[in-house]
Amino acid sequence: MSASTPPAAALLVLRDGETFEGEAVGAPAGVSAGEVVFNTVMSGYTEVITDPSYAGQIITFTYPHIGNYGVSSDDFEAARPWCRGVIMRDLARLHSSWRAEGSLEDFLREHNVAAISGIDTRRLTRHIRDAGSMPGAFGVASRADLLAAARAEPGTSGVDLVGQVTTAEPYTCGHGPRRVVAYDLGIKSTILRCLGELATVTVVPAQTPASEALAGRPDGVFFSNGPGDPEMAVATVEAMKEMLGRVPVFGICLGYQLLALALGGSTFKMRFGHHGGNVPIRCNSTGRIEITSQNHNFAVAAGSVPGVAETHVCLNDDTLAGLELPDAEAFGVQYHPEAGPGPHDARHHFARFAEMMDRHRAAA
Amino acid sequence: MPRRDDIESILIIGSGPIVIGQACEFDYSGTQACRVLRDEGYRVILANSNPATIMTDPEVADVTYVEPLDAAVLARIIERERPDAVLATLGGQTGLNLAMELAESGVLEAAGAELIGATASAIATAEDRQLFKQAMIEIGLDVPRSGVAHDIETAREVMQRVGLPVIVRPAYILGGRGAGIAETPEEFEEVASFGLDASPITEILIEESIVGWKEFELEVMRDHADNCVVVCAIENLDPMGVHTGDSITVAPTQTLSDPEYQQMRDAAFAVLRRVGVETGGSNVQFAVDPATGRQVVIEMNPRVSRSSALASKATGFPIAKIAARLAVGYTLDEIPNDITGVTPASFEPTLDYVVTKVPRWVFEKFQATRNTLGTSMQSVGEVMAIGRTFCESLQKALRSLEQGRFGLNADPAEAASDRLDDAQLLAAAAVPTPERIFQLEALLRRGATLEEVNAATGVDPWFLHQMLRISQERARLEAAGAETPGTVPDMERSRWLQAKRLGFSDAQLAYLWGAPATEVRAVREQAGVRPTYKTVDTCAAEFEAVTPYHYSSYEDSDEIRAAERPRVVICGSGPNRIGQGIEFDYCCVHAGQALRDAGYETVMINCNPETVSTDYDANDRLYFEPLTIEDVSNVIAAEDPVGVIVSLGGQTPLALSGELPAELVLGTSPASIDLAEDRQRWNALCARLGIPQPPGGTATGYREARQVAQGVGYPVLVRPSYVLGGRAMTIVYNDDELAAAIAELADSGSLGREGGPASQRPVLVDRFLEDAVEVDVDALRDCTGEVQIGAVMEHVESAGVHSGDSACTIPPTTLGADVVALICDHTRRIAAELEVVGLLNVQFAVTRGPSSAAAASRASAAASRASGEGEAEVFVIEANPRASRTVPFVAKATGAPLAMAAARLMVKATLAELRAEGLLPAQRSDPTADPGFVAVKEVVLPFNRFPDADAVLGPEMRSTGEVMAIDSTPGLAFVKAQLAAGTRLPAEGTVFMSMADRDKPIGLRAARIFHELGYRLAATAGTARCLRDGGVPVAVEVAKLGDEAPRGKPDAVQMIAAGEVHLVVNSPHGRGPRADGEHIRSAVGRAGLPLLTTGAAALAAADGLRDSRDHSPAVNSLQEYHARLKPAGAGSG
Repeated sequence: MSASTPPAAALLVLRDGETFEGEAVGAPAGVSAGEVVFNTVMSGYTEVITDPSYAGQIITFTYPHIGNYGVSSDDFEAARPWCRGVIMRDLARLHSSWRAEGSLEDFLREHNVAAISGIDTRRLTRHIRDAGSMPGAFGVASRADLLAAARAEPGTSGVDLVGQVTTAEPYTCGHGPRRVVAYDLGIKSTILRCLGELATVTVVPAQTPASEALAGRPDGVFFSNGPGDPEMAVATVEAMKEMLGRVPVFGICLGYQLLALALGGSTFKMRFGHHGGNVPIRCNSTGRIEITSQNHNFAVAAGSVPGVAETHVCLNDDTLAGLELPDAEAFGVQYHPEAGPGPHDARHHFARFAEMMDRHRAAA
Repeated sequence: MPRRDDIESILIIGSGPIVIGQACEFDYSGTQACRVLRDEGYRVILANSNPATIMTDPEVADVTYVEPLDAAVLARIIERERPDAVLATLGGQTGLNLAMELAESGVLEAAGAELIGATASAIATAEDRQLFKQAMIEIGLDVPRSGVAHDIETAREVMQRVGLPVIVRPAYILGGRGAGIAETPEEFEEVASFGLDASPITEILIEESIVGWKEFELEVMRDHADNCVVVCAIENLDPMGVHTGDSITVAPTQTLSDPEYQQMRDAAFAVLRRVGVETGGSNVQFAVDPATGRQVVIEMNPRVSRSSALASKATGFPIAKIAARLAVGYTLDEIPNDITGVTPASFEPTLDYVVTKVPRWVFEKFQATRNTLGTSMQSVGEVMAIGRTFCESLQKALRSLEQGRFGLNADPAEAASDRLDDAQLLAAAAVPTPERIFQLEALLRRGATLEEVNAATGVDPWFLHQMLRISQERARLEAAGAETPGTVPDMERSRWLQAKRLGFSDAQLAYLWGAPATEVRAVREQAGVRPTYKTVDTCAAEFEAVTPYHYSSYEDSDEIRAAERPRVVICGSGPNRIGQGIEFDYCCVHAGQALRDAGYETVMINCNPETVSTDYDANDRLYFEPLTIEDVSNVIAAEDPVGVIVSLGGQTPLALSGELPAELVLGTSPASIDLAEDRQRWNALCARLGIPQPPGGTATGYREARQVAQGVGYPVLVRPSYVLGGRAMTIVYNDDELAAAIAELADSGSLGREGGPASQRPVLVDRFLEDAVEVDVDALRDCTGEVQIGAVMEHVESAGVHSGDSACTIPPTTLGADVVALICDHTRRIAAELEVVGLLNVQFAVTRGPSSAAAASRASAAASRASGEGEAEVFVIEANPRASRTVPFVAKATGAPLAMAAARLMVKATLAELRAEGLLPAQRSDPTADPGFVAVKEVVLPFNRFPDADAVLGPEMRSTGEVMAIDSTPGLAFVKAQLAAGTRLPAEGTVFMSMADRDKPIGLRAARIFHELGYRLAATAGTARCLRDGGVPVAVEVAKLGDEAPRGKPDAVQMIAAGEVHLVVNSPHGRGPRADGEHIRSAVGRAGLPLLTTGAAALAAADGLRDSRDHSPAVNSLQEYHARLKPAGAGSG
């Protein structure tokens, strides 16, 4: 449970030279580099660390105690973590939970994820908030080496991260009465569980052409969350364009951004994105508020997508958070209705997808 | 949806006096609600009987009724004011219960007033345990197995079905009073009977015991559009079995995985919806089986609570303020988040720090009471601390308690655990007590495993491991200091940081190294280790915070902004305790208001989450920090203020005054503060001024004390110096009692733990003036030397009852004008001699001449119980150059905001300037002049929480709170004050009297009035003889307890139990054998009868009952009374 040797001093250096002192924990590594982002959830570190959308990124947890209840494989959002590292204030050296199968530190080691603890994560968060997300590097290496690594890191704009995390081969899961094809752009297990209650789900690689996806005459097509810049997912956008109007489409997070692109809209990179479990979203038609789980650095520009209804808005900064194309039976949301981690307030979007598919089938 | 336009006026019901389970958190919530609703343009009518609240300041509501919180009184207020709506969800259980009474009796409907916030049916569902449980089952939530009983037979059947151990909870009770756990059939009989008695509707819930499970609490809000948010999730360190108010609690939750937390969140919302809380805040409590994760719903409160105050302070999300807006129609997304200024209130706060709350108990004040914690709340206050880690926040919280603890052990008080062997210590820790947290660390330090300690205590291993980190760090620190005993070791900056990040105080390090704390500080600062201040911002730094609400930690960067104006630091009063509570917070809040208005930036330091002072709105800056010299000095270093106010927060900040730089202490100098406390110098001062004192002296042991006592003659009053609230003060009548009293002071570890230097100071031994009238004066003095008398207060109870436990009146009702003038003159001269700048409180004792049996005529102010036939003599008892407990009462009774004025005087304003500004009314030439009404302050005592303690008043203060009542005569005001304090005096029936000799003359006068009014009198033999000698017939003479009761002579306890008595007057005598009286008082407590324990109170009651025959009690607003005080022709400024 506890490390036998005292942890080594380590540094975190951001591309702009901002430096933080901490100690190396998790998997041993001289240098770990990636885009540094922060997440404000107070529980759910396992889900966050295993979320493929963090590919290419180093996750900072703003909540200081991480690892308290250990790790349970029930909480994995993917078979392995894709993030480049974890930054925290205080790694628990003893965990306590009836659900735990092991400690977070062992888990990080097992999956070769390096981490740094003892960091003034609030100072780091404030810095990112003011200066924007940026590449950084941490480890036991010298400050100069870390700074060089941070500067060499490309960040997430213009990089095809989806290609790294998508499934190599199609597979099937779920037990619901409908048939759904899910594009895996970095899909989370919780989404598959939610879809699996509605449908038998065929998960396909991001590059799958529309013809192939529609070959089995699915009731609907789902586009998942995923890492990085939506403009890099050209093939997936092309596939979606072919499907719109032919089959109900639902997109979450990156999938939603691709929907916007497929309809001729535009996306932009936010200063530091939304990563947390407490974000208020208002449904424009009902006025209802849902507290949502979010994890994105890119957003769809409001007013940029022709012919759609802008259905949801993020109340913290008025960014667009939901789109619907009534005629074509397609919709998407920027946030994570599946939660994992986070509130369940928005789970009704899955039922909405099911209703859309049922309506479509009845009409056909 | 915007605010409702169909209502114009709203009645807010407050929570009344501070009692255990209901404290200043409801002043915080009520004040927020009043302000918000007035800002929204509503006419706000407030009813609250507690004068020591900010909410009853006449500027806070449009109309303020400081009247008893009684359904009949409220009905009259409703009749007068015709409010469109009643908001009762911000006044605690008291407000909620009254709203139910008003709804059920049809008063609300008849007046066309709507209950907003929670409907009567929602309140009923949440409060009635059976309805609640059914509702939970209906929506598929898990609850403990249980059943309800209204009598003991049914209770037994339910117990059989549920299976022991069970927990028994009475219905409609605040703070879990009367609840208990039974593990055996015998225990069950006891707790079930007690619970049935305690419930106003004779109903108990008998439930599967989930003692030892993990306990959680979610603070949730809902708006009328059904949007719900969790404001804060709290995990209890103490497992189920200890009332949540008596538990150490931590926010956010530490050991719940996200799926478990989300399950709980979903359940909490389902509860809110099912119960039908339409808008506002509620709290929902859960228990979780640590082995399986099974979650059960325990209870919910459909109102703001103590936990919501904690949640508001812990997160920066102002629950009450937002609840008030939701109640008038807003939705969460329409309300901005004050702290960020840009995001809406429809979000869930996220923390990047850990908050720990630790309760504060006062078991030492209730002899014969065990300090075991259970399902009935017994703490009187709490502290909260914020740190970046649990270790840091826990240690900060423990040193905030002001019980002589420097943190989690590593202090002299840890010796208590050291005295136990391993097995004893483990056994001790298995029982929840205030000491348990310290015992846990001691066990771990001795090498007990986490498994062992967890098995014995149920405390989660995660928490235990965090405590183990503190233990391990302590070992490293000890090792570092081992080579240089008595000095501070030379450590690297990183080592210092590691210790400070785990929350170690300089005082702990000093203890471990045997070095002075000042040296620790100096060396630490030399190593470059100073605290950084972070901000509570609701959002973990995602958005910029505009509200400077700070806490210290040892991190890289600091968030303090440069100030624009000169800053004044105000030191708060710390946790509520008996003797130091809401009154001092009131003074600090007023200081902040006055100094902000005068152009200063005010900086509050306090650690009490219940208070108005720790509202981020109350001052320009808030530091949620312990009030220790280390933490206060750090804030001073960070803020660089022009001065520090230490004289408004009670003994807590005053005790720091000597250690702060003298030039920074505003107002009366530390030297003068010390002069008033130093017995020798104070005596010399009085002698110089020619002001008589009761003869006395100081002593450090029994022999010296006896010498003093023999010199001045018994009885003598024995008390330690530097102690507020009469801790360990005793009246002794002979050598044996003196020896016992001195021994108690020497042994009493708790005295040293009060935090003051009491244990090192001599004991004061003074001649006790029996039968003297005690008088309190609050006065202001400015830097030019002008003195303004705030008020002269005459105590109802004679000297010997602690002034904080005595009822008192403004103006004095029996003192002659010459006596009052002399008292004022003494006060002025003492103020001058002490060079007071700000507030001064002086206590006097006025002895009457040879006692007079003749009833004084109340019609004449000159006739007095103190002057009698002889010449009155005025003695000064003590003077305190600081705010007193009575300052808010004086302000409410006279319209003069003394604390505001004092704060201004401390920054060099003069009384003349304050009068010119209109802050102070023009000085009334004669403080005895009749304003046309009398204000009475009466106290509330917590004996119902401590059934083993004797319900008698004495020199040790034990009241938790106070009420105020105003009426046209002293008697009417006294009777009304009794009602406000929860004692309804009977309009007819039998009065039972049993009095100490010294009370008999005054008791005779009371008895005569009772007789004239047609009451039957019953009395014990001695009292009966006295009454008959005085010409008052006694209907029943009662046998002494334990006597062979002669034929026809019932014993008092039997009579009381049989319901044949309606009012009991029982005054005890000293510390002597009083088993009789104790039995009587205990029987009275069980029967719930009104009890008066002094002759003076009996006389005041008799007077009042007589006046009540001709006058119904007045119901008038404070604003109306204050208007009467204004000199004719004066403007309304």
